[in-house]
Amino acid sequence: MTIRIENLSVSFDGFRALNSVSIAVDKGESFGLVGESGSGKSTLLRAVSGLAPVSGGTIAVNGEALTGSRRSRAFRRAVQMVFQDPYASLHPRQTVDRQLLEPLAIHGIGDTERRILQALDEVGLGHSFRFRYPHQLSGGQRQRVAIARALIVEPAILLLDEPTSALDASVQAEVLNLLEEVRGRHNLTFVMVSHDLGVVTHMCSRLAVMKAGEVVETLAAADLAGGRMVSDYTRQLMVASKGFSREAVPG
Amino acid sequence: MKPLLTVRNLSVTYPTRTGIVEAVRGISFELGRERLGIVGESGSGKSQTGRAIMGLTPPPGIVRADTLSFSGIDLTQAGPAAWRDMRGSRMAMILQDPKFSLNPVMTIGRQITETLRRHENVTKREARRRALEMLEAVQITDPERVFGLYPFEVSGGMGQRAMIAMMLVCGPELLIADEPTSALDVTVQLEVLGILDRLVRDNGMGLIFISHDLRLVSSFCDRVLVMYAGRIVEELATADLSSAKHPYTQGLLDCTPRIGESRHPLPVLERQKEWAA
Repeated sequence: MTIRIENLSVSFDGFRALNSVSIAVDKGESFGLVGESGSGKSTLLRAVSGLAPVSGGTIAVNGEALTGSRRSRAFRRAVQMVFQDPYASLHPRQTVDRQLLEPLAIHGIGDTERRILQALDEVGLGHSFRFRYPHQLSGGQRQRVAIARALIVEPAILLLDEPTSALDASVQAEVLNLLEEVRGRHNLTFVMVSHDLGVVTHMCSRLAVMKAGEVVETLAAADLAGGRMVSDYTRQLMVASKGFSREAVPG
Repeated sequence: MKPLLTVRNLSVTYPTRTGIVEAVRGISFELGRERLGIVGESGSGKSQTGRAIMGLTPPPGIVRADTLSFSGIDLTQAGPAAWRDMRGSRMAMILQDPKFSLNPVMTIGRQITETLRRHENVTKREARRRALEMLEAVQITDPERVFGLYPFEVSGGMGQRAMIAMMLVCGPELLIADEPTSALDVTVQLEVLGILDRLVRDNGMGLIFISHDLRLVSSFCDRVLVMYAGRIVEELATADLSSAKHPYTQGLLDCTPRIGESRHPLPVLERQKEWAA
């Protein structure tokens, strides 16, 4: 599955959230989007899934041109999203079992018993978690459920919107490892949004730096790590992500 | 020199339906006019420690300590009136998200002048002048304009600066900053830290910086306490961070992905039962 986005624009009531953005993600690739809040990185993911009002440009996934907010059934199965806050993205009054059953029911997939147990295994949750409610789980366990819910319909592309930024550092490491593991096992394509350059360079081979609705620069993760960037903004982000130092701060 | 703050055997407990939860379990430390970092994961008791020092432990929480003294004042004996006099003027606290910690229906200017007029005998005009001065000190370029704005009209970074201005306007001796920059973008984070750094240095305050980010804390503070399950498991000078001895501290340092490193999979923290003992 490939993603081709060309000159994409998104407007909310005249406010340009995305301004002529183009990115290309190849099959099996892990692509990162970094930028500050309001830079449009999440909007880009939402536009791909049909959740943002596209006002111009084209999105094509695997050659299939996507228009408006309509998506084919095949697309809805092949592309799955994992959101930032596992406290908000799981239904508070449904058990894990019920939440994992939902996508199977929507897509008319049978053999639910085996698939649910397999999905739990895959994300490293024991079968005892199956009938628990979200409030009985920790943040990391909830995010595992959210990942299981995405994986259960056997997607080809995962859109990850800050999947670990609500988690503690040690839990983040576990979830990142899990994501890498499932990507390797199922040959998934990742598009991952994060504000953390360390996380993005760890997970992705290429990335786009966004600012104010535009792509400032697209570069390989290795080039970013090696300091081979073109734009000043990317350099600024690099300095900022190294932590506080008295020299780096003016005044 | 006498320490600004002395904490001996501080514990914070919450009675719940399922028994007593010990959020903080007997920690001791001293703070001079320095920057002290408290680091730990969610649930480690770091924020509860900060709140207990400010007397802000919500009911039904119970704070116990052998000693909790702030520049000669015994905080364990302080009544509500004494707390009100101290908070905002001699000790102040900055919280994580200005969206929730500023009053949404009061202008920023009024919130700052309120602090001043509560604690000092100043005229309206004088309070306004000092508020504007303070807004300028936190590098707000147009203080007159921001003075009249409501919190929803400013960005997160601006809101946090206003919060800092409000907290420092009476010149407190002790400042507790609980995740002051976690809700901000990385570049804004640096600016806010820069402002905090300068004001703390110039005014000679004691600072307790609470955060989950060990690297950030160590780049900002002189000394770090690492907390786990309500206890201090290690105390370090930030210069010695790389020689941390406790496996928990080492694990925390190791598990974050860093730019220019290739470690797949990332090392994960294996929690040991005896750490919590």
